[in-house]
Amino acid sequence: MTDRVDLLLTLADDELILGWRNSEWTGIAPFLEEDVAFSSIAQNEIGHARALYELAARELGTDADALAFDRPLEEYRSAPLVELRRLEWARTIARHWLYETADAIRLAALKASDDTELAGIAAKIDREEVYHRIHAEMWIDRLVGTEAGRARLHEALDELWPYALGVLDDDLRPELVRRVEEKLRRTMPAVEAVSRGRHEAELAQLHDEMTMVRRSAPAGARW
Amino acid sequence: MDGRTEEFLAHVRSGGVVETGDWMPDEYRTRLTKFVEMHANSELMGVLPERDWILRAPTLQRKLALTAKIQDEVGHAQLLYRVVEDLGKPREACLDDLLAGRSKFHNVFHYPTLTWGDVGVIAWLVDAAAIISQKALLKCSYAPYARIMRKICWEESFHILHGRDVILTLVTGTDGQRELVQEALDRWWEPLMMFHGNPIPADEDPMVQWGIKSQANEEARQQFLEGYVPQVWELGLTLPDRALRRDDEGRWAYTEPDWEKLMAVVSGHGPASAERIAFRRLSRAEVDWVSRAVLAEAA
Amino acid sequence: MTARVFEVFRRERAGAAMQHAGSVVAPDERFAEIYAREQYGRRGESDALWLVPRESVSEIGEFVDEFDLKYRRVDGYSIKERLKEARAAADGGARSRDAVSAGEPTP
Repeated sequence: MTDRVDLLLTLADDELILGWRNSEWTGIAPFLEEDVAFSSIAQNEIGHARALYELAARELGTDADALAFDRPLEEYRSAPLVELRRLEWARTIARHWLYETADAIRLAALKASDDTELAGIAAKIDREEVYHRIHAEMWIDRLVGTEAGRARLHEALDELWPYALGVLDDDLRPELVRRVEEKLRRTMPAVEAVSRGRHEAELAQLHDEMTMVRRSAPAGARW
Repeated sequence: MDGRTEEFLAHVRSGGVVETGDWMPDEYRTRLTKFVEMHANSELMGVLPERDWILRAPTLQRKLALTAKIQDEVGHAQLLYRVVEDLGKPREACLDDLLAGRSKFHNVFHYPTLTWGDVGVIAWLVDAAAIISQKALLKCSYAPYARIMRKICWEESFHILHGRDVILTLVTGTDGQRELVQEALDRWWEPLMMFHGNPIPADEDPMVQWGIKSQANEEARQQFLEGYVPQVWELGLTLPDRALRRDDEGRWAYTEPDWEKLMAVVSGHGPASAERIAFRRLSRAEVDWVSRAVLAEAA
Repeated sequence: MTARVFEVFRRERAGAAMQHAGSVVAPDERFAEIYAREQYGRRGESDALWLVPRESVSEIGEFVDEFDLKYRRVDGYSIKERLKEARAAADGGARSRDAVSAGEPTP
């Protein structure tokens, strides 16, 4: 497995799991207009994952679905942040914003890559994520401006902060700190990042549910 | 009936349309609001049986298509509740009534979805049954409703393609996959037969008289049977009604559904009704602080 | 904090007119823009959208014509009938046909 494939799978797994989590809000989001909008964000994320898996699949001689569904749990490289199951709106928005902020930093680095294919896909993803960032910021601004929202949001941000740091490699973390502190106009707690490498308990449950239909027919069956 | 109401009735009967600010007889307004509200409730409740399967979709493409389909249904609920709101009833009041069991939603959304086969059958046949009614509503006398039906019908056409694709893939797959479809069909046939409602004649149906519906229930059902029974049979699948057959005049005969059962189901006594309402109540409670913090009432 | 209704207009394809498409409920313009974009654009069905707060839209719905001033309307003239009469009066148009082939008006 090359470094390139490793990187592609890391990005893809993040987008896949986050997209899967975000898609859980379809039908039950706080109000209808938001439900429709948030579902598009989730679908975009799955779309990003698919495109990234396809690049990796070419190198590995397999297909995107096999990479998305059929790997053993230990082989997923998703960040713990995206694996948490938090069907609670303040946490969902906090994670959404933290992830998009981190991802913007990561994508900016990739867009500068010598690997033109990688740079190209990073640019495409980034162009779609502009809208995700607009959406996330809009919600952050709105929630901090309300009594009910402010406390819940800050609590959620504090809880998720160590996980957010873990999305990025060491060298990119200071930039995340800078951007988050600038937006929130506060200092974030100095904590240890929850890094990749170990999986949250909820991932096993998610993976099980994600694959239950697929596993009900032999490998290679069409769905 | 007073003169103004008679004029109004003549107007809608001759194909005249009604806009939001126009004068309407009380009976028209009440019936119309209730009808659109039930439609909105149905879209809102309809997402629940299918949501679970978003998380279990077996390929990335199916995941995307199914999520998009359900997203469309949420979008339809939005369009429909807007119509109800502009008729004077806020969506929060609609939700209150729905959760308290004071209003209804279509029978098919009171049933459990047990397998991926259900996902296929719903997208293929339930959406097909719905499209038939929805196409008839394009001629509704209340223009704001008729107009949104255009968008709804356009989006539903994607759902039917998706449903058909899922079904065709399953029936040409393993024996187990084929069996998923047959088994789901066996369970969904009864609710499908009831979907278009009891065969009240058009001239006895007040909804038709007011120009809200333009098609009698039985005509809709016949259209459904004519369009879809052959599609089912040509795949070698069976339907659990021995009496189902097409006569020489092209009319479908079938075992008469139990109309009282239909009434009981839509009033909240279906196999999954209580569970679904409870789920909606819980998820609303969970996010209530958000809509109150961010949107109190529509201006 | 109250939500507001925003009317959405859409242009189906380049060159078409903006048409009313529906409405979204949102706390402010930022949210409304995202919601309109999604409701009326996610399936690629619109070339462009306009967003207008409902309170900015005023309807003009009544047009008065008590004295039946038909001449102001396109259908207020019955040209066909008059033309028929005038042609009949001029030998059924024969004079006009001769004039056309002769290339000059006849006295």
